Amino acid sequence: MTTASSARRVAVISAGLSNPSSTRMLADRLTAATGARLAELGIEVSADVIELRDLAHDITNNLLTGFAPPALESALNSVYSADGIIAVTPIFSTSYSGLFKSFIDVLDPDALTGKPVLIGANAGTARHSLAIDYAIRPLFAYLHAAPVSTGVFAASSDWGATADGVAPLGARVERGAREFAEAIARLPRAVESDPFDPDSYLGEGRSFGHLLGGLSGE
Amino acid sequence: MSETTAPATESGVQFGIFSVSDITEDPTTRHTPSESERIRDIVRVARHAEEVGLDVFALGEHHNPPFFSSSPTTTLAYIGAQTERIILSTATTLITTNDPVKIAEDFGMLQHLTGGRVDLVMGRGNTGPVYPWFGKDIREGLPLTIENYALLRKLWSEDVVDWEGQYRTPLHGFTATPRPLDGVAPFVWHGSIRSPEIAEQAAYYGDGFFANNIFWPKEHYMRLIGLYRQRYAHYGHGTPEQAIVGLGGQAFMRANSQDAVNEFRPYFDNAPVYGHGPSMEDFTEMTPLTVGSPQQVIDRYAAMRDHYGDYQRQLFLVDHAGLPVKTVLEQLDLLGGEVVPALRREFATNRPADVPAGPTHAARVTAVYGDGPAREFRPGAVGGNNLTIGSPYQDAPASVGADATAGE
Repeated sequence: MTTASSARRVAVISAGLSNPSSTRMLADRLTAATGARLAELGIEVSADVIELRDLAHDITNNLLTGFAPPALESALNSVYSADGIIAVTPIFSTSYSGLFKSFIDVLDPDALTGKPVLIGANAGTARHSLAIDYAIRPLFAYLHAAPVSTGVFAASSDWGATADGVAPLGARVERGAREFAEAIARLPRAVESDPFDPDSYLGEGRSFGHLLGGLSGE
Repeated sequence: MSETTAPATESGVQFGIFSVSDITEDPTTRHTPSESERIRDIVRVARHAEEVGLDVFALGEHHNPPFFSSSPTTTLAYIGAQTERIILSTATTLITTNDPVKIAEDFGMLQHLTGGRVDLVMGRGNTGPVYPWFGKDIREGLPLTIENYALLRKLWSEDVVDWEGQYRTPLHGFTATPRPLDGVAPFVWHGSIRSPEIAEQAAYYGDGFFANNIFWPKEHYMRLIGLYRQRYAHYGHGTPEQAIVGLGGQAFMRANSQDAVNEFRPYFDNAPVYGHGPSMEDFTEMTPLTVGSPQQVIDRYAAMRDHYGDYQRQLFLVDHAGLPVKTVLEQLDLLGGEVVPALRREFATNRPADVPAGPTHAARVTAVYGDGPAREFRPGAVGGNNLTIGSPYQDAPASVGADATAGE
């Protein structure tokens, strides 16, 4: 638990496979810019970075056995309890990477409902940039998450001399981070609900009698 | 062979085995048993479970290959006829897709045939297509469970049932026959691997809660069982420590620990559910699966009460993943010969006197009637006419106890 009542926490999902990874570089830029924008709004923020490469075996095992090994369990919990998600994946074969999707597949499908999401993606060339809008955004729409309208795509050239000079990566990062920070600031702090609290699964103040259709109980 | 076996009541914990009834290729010999072969083998395994002094044999229910157990009460009745002492149970009975009327009738029948050596574990099932095959919708799994079980209790506790619900044809003036043996319904456990609502249901009725325990890390089950215990007390059935808890478990043993590891590894690596996933070492660390010497199994399972509190039933999965029947029978020898006697001693130590023992029909009959005679059901002359004559039985309809503790 953070100390300041206004403090927020974001979970950063980075699906890059190499190390160092340009996916992670983009994730770090987005995280830093988000922190700066939230600071301007007087909100302190901390980030939990989830490197999917480190969890690749656990993710596969979860798909096969139905349960998350401890390290993955802790990553999932940091997603569930976050005020917002920064999700960054490389584009493989015109879409998010398989590892990224597998991680999404082991999440509780209801857990992202209403959560602000900042989407990032990277690939070798800018020709893949629309994958954010035709592949990644529908995934979060399905999960009832709330991705901000700007997604940030970084091509390899964005990191060097041949970068886009008209709308440079820095400006795109700033725009996405501003929208994301404002979305987080608009919402109350995420409250972690305990699935094993009777108020969660029965409804506050209710009893098993209500599940029986009010035939007995109070 | 087993005349000297200690009775279950000594430690309060009932020990046994449960089978999911999978017919799996033996990865070391490429032999796949026929359905007929596997069904004959399971009867041998159940008989041997009694011979080595175990208390419970439980069988799953499936309606698709590669499983054989579509009709558990048929198999359990056949086993019941060849055994004398072992309790016959299920793992699990599908409360969602079976007609509650057939469950009431089938298990009532089984009680009479086996002298009350019957209880059952309710489950929702984990095979998606079973719902549509039986005309149900998987999205209604939870409300089906709640309505069907409420009806099942009513069928067992009331001689004449008038009922209307959402998921089944209404019943008017219906009597589920035969009535429960001695008027005392089989004890019911509710099985769940993730739903807190099922723990709530078990607690509400004062029924048992069975945690399959074999796939998830113990922390998950500690939360689920902790919730059940707390809600059991909330609904006024006793203290949290008095709630009735059963656990699954899994072991493979040889006298020499490394022999067990070497022999079991191909079965683990190719097993349904977890095969080709985590390594055996990781899986044994994360779940109760223990592969090693009998002493390692004793140590691992003696610690279960530290995690879950004193409990009432421990079942082991020993016959899956293509293990040959000879090996399974050897596992039972080790379980009955070394592991269970040691665990009985461990669990008897410092077990509080007010923690109930595992449920038996005899104890439940005594709880209802004391030393008095149990109710007997003799149909009246005008059988079948329940609507105008009140009771179809000659005696005055009395409460039979099954429902005495429900509700707040």
